[in-house]
Amino acid sequence: MILLTVDPISPDDLRKQLFDPAAGAYCGFEGWIRNQNDGQAVLRLEYEAYEPLALTEGEKILAEAQHKYPFSHAHCVHRTGSLEIGECAVWVGVSAPHRDEAFQACRYIIDQLKVRLPIWKKEHYVDGHSGWVNCERCAKSA
Amino acid sequence: MKTITVRYFAMFREHAGLDEETLTIEANTAADVFSATRERHGSAEPSGHCKVAINDVMADWGSPVSDGDTVLLFPPVAGG
Repeated sequence: MILLTVDPISPDDLRKQLFDPAAGAYCGFEGWIRNQNDGQAVLRLEYEAYEPLALTEGEKILAEAQHKYPFSHAHCVHRTGSLEIGECAVWVGVSAPHRDEAFQACRYIIDQLKVRLPIWKKEHYVDGHSGWVNCERCAKSA
Repeated sequence: MKTITVRYFAMFREHAGLDEETLTIEANTAADVFSATRERHGSAEPSGHCKVAINDVMADWGSPVSDGDTVLLFPPVAGG
């Protein structure tokens, strides 16, 4: 299951949804907003998503992870809107019979989410200007 | 000529100054639509870093477009 939300993410509540008597392992990942990027002091971040495709692409990623690293349950929640330093922007949780599948599926899901979901982030810097993450870097390197 | 609705996101939306527009253009593929919008809005973003969807389904730059399609232009993504 993948969800987009404007509300704060509560990893403890989400984690409970993955409990399964057949699962002996749980692996969770939280992506947090940090206060600097590329040497610039960051004030806050703004996430924009195209929800219909973010959800279908996210479900595809979960199905791929299930096929590659059979797990019991996997959930992912991604924030949208304005986020402050220290807030959780993305959470991925996987329960599995053994730890290998839990670690690997969690890693696969977060890595794929970052490059495939139609989600964009704009950094607002302490000095007042702002920039879309990656966009400008890609344009420069082309 | 085909009538294509183009939707812009994130950096593209800011660059174009609008969420979407309907264009009547000569276009066979998604790449043709992207070129037309780049010319129209003076964007230099290379298509290789971007993604495209047609009618809410992820597509390739070589995917054909038909009259009445909605083409979604996604600048480089950065979730997480």
